[in-house]
Amino acid sequence: MARTWRELFVAGDDRAELAEPEPEEQRRGFFARLRDNMAKSRQALGAELQASVFQTLDDDAWERLEETLIYADVGAPTTAAIVQRLETEAGSGGLAGGEALTGRLCELLADAARGGDDTIDLRARPAVVLVTGVNGTGKTTTIGKIAWHLRNELGLSVVLGAADTFRAAAVEQLAAWGERAGAEVVRAAEGADPGAVAYDAVEVARSRTRDVAIIDTAGRLHTQEHLMEELAKVRRVIDRQLPGAPHETLLTIDATTGQNGLRQALLFKQAVDVTGIVLTKLDGTAKGGIALAIAQELGVPVKLIGIGEGLEDLRPFDPDDFARALLGVSGG
Amino acid sequence: MLETLSDRLQSALSDVRSRGKLTEEDVAKAMRQVRLALLEADVNFQVVKEFTAAVGERARGGEVLDALNPGQQVVKLVGEELTALMGGSARDIAFAPRPPTIVLMAGLQGSGKTTACAKLARHLREEHGRDVALAACDTYRPAAVDQLVKVGSAAGAAVYEQGTDPDPVEIAAWAVDRARAEERDVLIVDTSGRLHVDRELMEELARIRKRVKPHDVLLVVDAMTGQDAVNVAEAFSDAAEFDGVVLTKLDGDARGGAALSVKAVTGKPILYASTGEKLEAFERFHPDRMAQRILGMGDMMTLIEKAEREFDEEQAAELERKIRKQQFTLDDFLAQMKQVRRMGPLSGLLKMLPGVSGLGLGDLKVDDRDLDRLQAIITSMTPEERAHPEILNGSRRRRIARGSGTTVQAVNQLVKQFGQMQKVMRQLQQGKMPSLSQLAGGR
Ligand SMILES: Nc1nc2c(ncn2[C@@H]2O[C@H](COP(=O)(O)OP(=O)(O)OP(=O)(O)O)[C@@H](O)[C@H]2O)c(=O)[nH]1
Ligand SMILES: Nc1nc2c(ncn2[C@@H]2O[C@H](COP(=O)(O)OP(=O)(O)OP(=O)(O)O)[C@@H](O)[C@H]2O)c(=O)[nH]1
Ligand SMILES: [Mg+2]
Ligand SMILES: [Mg+2]
Repeated sequence: MARTWRELFVAGDDRAELAEPEPEEQRRGFFARLRDNMAKSRQALGAELQASVFQTLDDDAWERLEETLIYADVGAPTTAAIVQRLETEAGSGGLAGGEALTGRLCELLADAARGGDDTIDLRARPAVVLVTGVNGTGKTTTIGKIAWHLRNELGLSVVLGAADTFRAAAVEQLAAWGERAGAEVVRAAEGADPGAVAYDAVEVARSRTRDVAIIDTAGRLHTQEHLMEELAKVRRVIDRQLPGAPHETLLTIDATTGQNGLRQALLFKQAVDVTGIVLTKLDGTAKGGIALAIAQELGVPVKLIGIGEGLEDLRPFDPDDFARALLGVSGG
Repeated sequence: MLETLSDRLQSALSDVRSRGKLTEEDVAKAMRQVRLALLEADVNFQVVKEFTAAVGERARGGEVLDALNPGQQVVKLVGEELTALMGGSARDIAFAPRPPTIVLMAGLQGSGKTTACAKLARHLREEHGRDVALAACDTYRPAAVDQLVKVGSAAGAAVYEQGTDPDPVEIAAWAVDRARAEERDVLIVDTSGRLHVDRELMEELARIRKRVKPHDVLLVVDAMTGQDAVNVAEAFSDAAEFDGVVLTKLDGDARGGAALSVKAVTGKPILYASTGEKLEAFERFHPDRMAQRILGMGDMMTLIEKAEREFDEEQAAELERKIRKQQFTLDDFLAQMKQVRRMGPLSGLLKMLPGVSGLGLGDLKVDDRDLDRLQAIITSMTPEERAHPEILNGSRRRRIARGSGTTVQAVNQLVKQFGQMQKVMRQLQQGKMPSLSQLAGGR
């Protein structure tokens, strides 16, 4: 499973060797912080879960577990499936004691969170990444962070395409991120055709032999048919220009999102064939459990997580850490 | 497509009717369905527990009336209780006796604060004739000032900004002085998005609050928010003592249970609903509509009541058959239009249909004043044209325009809208729309 940058990004290029493996501490640091935040939340049941809930395996215990998962936005159907599975296994006597049960639960959750190939293949030249999502979920910020990591961790050159030509100052925002990340930004006037901007960005990447082009798009609700069609068109423009592209289509999901996240993922997948989720804003107390339902129901894996507003606040997704964080238990 | 609560309750309580009274077990069954529906709508778990306990209590005492089936009756009960919990009808912001009235906007990242600032400015200008200024106190997010300047100007508001170097508290204080000096009626202060667990930024918000002494602090909450909404609301309530909520992104298909969670844990009313990216997509909040939405039903009860009064059952059954077979023609449209208009403004009726708000009806806004014109256009068509609008070529459209005293554009628009309407009907049908005969007869 992807844990370090080099395991996440398949760069197909010896420049990737530049990158230092990410120090273990740094990773631990984040999840410690994440768990801290969760502990602050009055609904952090994890410690209790491990300590006492599984002492007696009565209805109360299972209910408490269900509550924990519901609180994490996993959703009733996925929660029921997982709890039932654990209950069956416990009933057949395979799992003795709170520790074993918690361990197995983490495994089940991590498995559910794994959905297919969770690497990002950037071997094409240029490799094209299309970033989509509903309004305000963190597309533009994530693009800045990815660009910075590609440059700094993998030594790749990056072009950003400002294809959000709709929202006020969206282009200026991306330009600011481009500057911070050391990536050039291809832009057009507000109101310009987003497909044309995407085209230009890919063209610039190709003609100047840049490694990666990342295309920002306007936020849109999955229910807005004409805007979803516009997005599908942007994708087609890219594909026609560079067959096989975009090589990665990311969907940003805000970790605070509830059950609507599943609808978002479903409709974006239908429109542009999403290949990976970026789960943003995990630095709050929201646990992003909807990503579990998305991986489970739609088979779209989470690839990256956003943990802040700075350039560095992006990490490869790790299902095991995620599972532990969902429950608020220590270890790993 | 999610099942509506009313479907669920109907199947859960299918055998009650003959007995005429809800048993303990029926109530438990019904409350399990209510619980699931509310969780699906993202209402906070704890809130759901308390709510179903309270409603269950009331349901136990209830007689089952003959007119409605027990499922509908429980739905009605749940709807009423939910509306009550959501609060009375929303107030506007409170204008200060001595201007400027100061409004402070706060919320999580990306919830829609900056957009809401401009929308509120426009609302206060258009509805109340106030002169509004905006203060750009988000010095953190790249291009946040640019964004506020753009949307603020589009809303006809003055935007006070000092770039991103000064401290937001200082900018806010400076903006208040300036608003006073320029004799503005209202000053709306935009702030950076912040996480409720970010102590430093929450303290900054508290400092801004202390410094500008706002008359109203509004928390901006995304309607798609899940279980965490209560934590957010509590933390913002502690740090900023907000007075009311703006609920955003209601144009999507999120049920918006967060609204109930926030109201339940803080007791603060929801004042405004934001329903799109455009400045006009902003209105006063309606608790009853929200209750129905959370239950996934549109304003079903109202619609049922109206339908019971106005619909001819046989005709409705015939219409339903046509829609199912996709044989709905312009003639039916005309007949429908006449009948439906007796029920009230069409735009309002459309909104009441469950699922309709999520179907991307952007272009299908039917203005009641246009209906006369539409009727004139359709009556100027030949029967063949009404049955097969695809045969309407340029010369036919010109003839119809002349005949109805309208324009070719108006004819084009009708044909296009009708096409969209057929599409919507197909979608409604694929989703779980209650059959029209159900609507009419309450069967
Ligand atoms: N705390 C936190 N904030 C984030 C994270 N990612 C993005 N944000 C913030 O969320 C807000 C919205 O981010 P944007 O990148 O503008 O989101 P977007 O999806 O591009 O928005 P639109 O283009 O308007 O649809 C900004 O204030 C970001 O700083 C994250 O991982 N953690
Ligand atoms: N569809 C829809 N989009 C909305 C609505 N309100 C805001 N948005 C969009 O949501 C995104 C974020 O809105 P902003 O106003 O920038 O949010 P913000 O809270 O100021 O964000 P930060 O300052 O980064 O915390 C933008 O793309 C807006 O156009 C709404 O009611 N419906
Ligand atoms: Mg953006
Ligand atoms: Mg803002």
